[in-house]
Amino acid sequence: MAKRRIRILLAKPGLDGHDRGARVLARSFRDAGFEVIYTGCHQTPEQIVATALQEDVDMVGLSCLSGAHNYLYPAVAKGLQENGAGDIVVVGGGIIPEKDIPPLKAAGLKEIFTPGATLDSINEWIAANVTPKE
Amino acid sequence: MFTQELLDKSSLMRKKWEDEVKKVIAKNPDQKPEWSTVSSLPINRIYGPEDIKDMDFEKDIAYPGQFPYLRGNQATGYRGKYWTFRMFAGMGTAVETNKRWHYLLTTGQTGLSTAFDFPTLMGYDTDSPKAKGECGKCGVAIDTIDDFRDLIKGIPLDKITTSMTINPPATALWAMYCASAQEQGIPLTKIGGTIQNDMLKEFIAQKTLMCPPDPSVKLISDTIEFGTKYVPKWNTVSISGYHIREAGATAVQELAFTLRDGMEYVEDVIKRKGLHVDEFAPRLSFFFNSHIDFFEEIAKLRAARRIWAKAMRERYNSQDPRSWWMRFHTQTAGCSLTAQQPYNNVVRTATEALAAVLGGTQSLHTNSLDEVLCLPSDHAVQIALRTQQLIAEETGVANTIDPLAGSYFVEALTNEVEAQAWEYIHKIDEMGGMVAAIEKGFPQMELSDAAYKFQKQIDAGEKIMIGVNKYNVEDEVVDIPIVEIDDSVEVEQLKRLAETKRKRDSRKVAECLKDLAGACKKGENVMPYCIEAVKNYATVQEICDVYREVYGEYRDPGIY
Repeated sequence: MAKRRIRILLAKPGLDGHDRGARVLARSFRDAGFEVIYTGCHQTPEQIVATALQEDVDMVGLSCLSGAHNYLYPAVAKGLQENGAGDIVVVGGGIIPEKDIPPLKAAGLKEIFTPGATLDSINEWIAANVTPKE
Repeated sequence: MFTQELLDKSSLMRKKWEDEVKKVIAKNPDQKPEWSTVSSLPINRIYGPEDIKDMDFEKDIAYPGQFPYLRGNQATGYRGKYWTFRMFAGMGTAVETNKRWHYLLTTGQTGLSTAFDFPTLMGYDTDSPKAKGECGKCGVAIDTIDDFRDLIKGIPLDKITTSMTINPPATALWAMYCASAQEQGIPLTKIGGTIQNDMLKEFIAQKTLMCPPDPSVKLISDTIEFGTKYVPKWNTVSISGYHIREAGATAVQELAFTLRDGMEYVEDVIKRKGLHVDEFAPRLSFFFNSHIDFFEEIAKLRAARRIWAKAMRERYNSQDPRSWWMRFHTQTAGCSLTAQQPYNNVVRTATEALAAVLGGTQSLHTNSLDEVLCLPSDHAVQIALRTQQLIAEETGVANTIDPLAGSYFVEALTNEVEAQAWEYIHKIDEMGGMVAAIEKGFPQMELSDAAYKFQKQIDAGEKIMIGVNKYNVEDEVVDIPIVEIDDSVEVEQLKRLAETKRKRDSRKVAECLKDLAGACKKGENVMPYCIEAVKNYATVQEICDVYREVYGEYRDPGIY
């Protein structure tokens, strides 16, 4: 039986409305052959975790440009771990200061994409690092 | 515009020039096959009389202060007064922002502009679970009139105009401003300023959301009506293309959607409030982006004035020239700046500011070089402000009005941008107006298409951003100071809010909120009720919760 396609939840945690990056990525993921669920803006970490579980996704992509990433990204990773979904790959993007990246990775974020990352490079990273569930 | 004799002569000369071009490019081909603006509007190699031959000087160009105001609203241009140097500022607590404002006024800034933090922008208090981690991060936190009093401390409200970038909770924040002025003994007829208060562009682009589109427009019409009657020097709405552009729109889309939003508000006030267009239209103001494509931006701003003048006179039968004037603020494009090699942003911002001035802006914010990375440092803000002062006072571009008028290229591009904008405006008319178009997801999808297309052009190197896809520096170390808002701001603000809540008369607050809910249900103007509520220390969120309760809550549908 053929493996199912990689299923991605793209989410915007917090109150930030800068969704241009998220919308562009949603299109790009779709065109790259991934399945995409986009939450829209203003999701709480709890809502994102619930959607990830319900939709049985392989990866959660987080986008926040308000400066609240240090609180919001780890909250999502932690919520997934606590709900027995630590196998879901969590990545984040945005203008993330260099010094914030190690703590975010320690909190369970597998990769952080910063300005200059091309759509292709992100798609390639996903194909190489995310395995669709059976 | 030209005699037939001149056009015939030009046609012959043009043919000769084209032959020469063909010869040259046969040997030395152009650097690339197609040349277009940042919005992918095709640009010709040259423009001549034939490109603007159908223009009528009297009808289409004229002089400043003359219909259709292509060349500016004011007869004297910048000689009487430069544009307002209005830098957007806000961070941390109201006390800190107030300090920054006083600093800015000492540097020669002539107007204030407030950035609020996300909880305030969305109508949540600092003690809401939704606000956690966001307090004071990208603007100032305001929960009650206590904070507001700190914000405006020592600012002469009858002399300095203040712009507040606030949308869903605009009624609450404006009520605080009005109440504070009254406390200081300044009559409402003397205060001047702007609330952004433009919800349509929130649904399209910025996504600061609260209630569904129709009641959102109703609240805006309330403020327009209240301003018309009691606060005549206030701009109750700043119809904004800035965010539409930042969210991915092309120049034409920015222009068309913004102006069509403006028309939606005009139609709603006439219908819902029964006001005559000329009672309120002179106070409508606009807010545009100035992006990196120099001539496209100049054309867009010139076209904006001409479209609005025609729309007001012809669509709404306005008789008062002040209603025909499009008055606008401009901000240079945040989305054109790069985190890579951030000092290059000074050059981008200067170019964009120059375009805004040549387009005839009345007010300008120039972005700081570090705004891609963090809140701007004092030093970066000073460079940005000096950029405006330098353009005004050193370069000589303000010596004469609309210096690019009559340029074959600029006039042709202005006509092209205008024609394409009207196409969109008519399309939205056919959909039943902007609220209907938003409900269909039309402008949202147009923006997503344009943003995705542009990103692919960047990735493919078809459009250039220096430092991003060309002239990159390997292993670049960005060595600029990063301004950070300490988490102690949140602790402090929570304490302050708790204090205000403790000292106020909660029964009185509940009464005020009940009256506000009653006004909402009866369709009355909410402003007098908001002013009463904030005077009694109702919070921003308590007021917004009333709206959410009565009108329903709107959630981002996540259209892409």
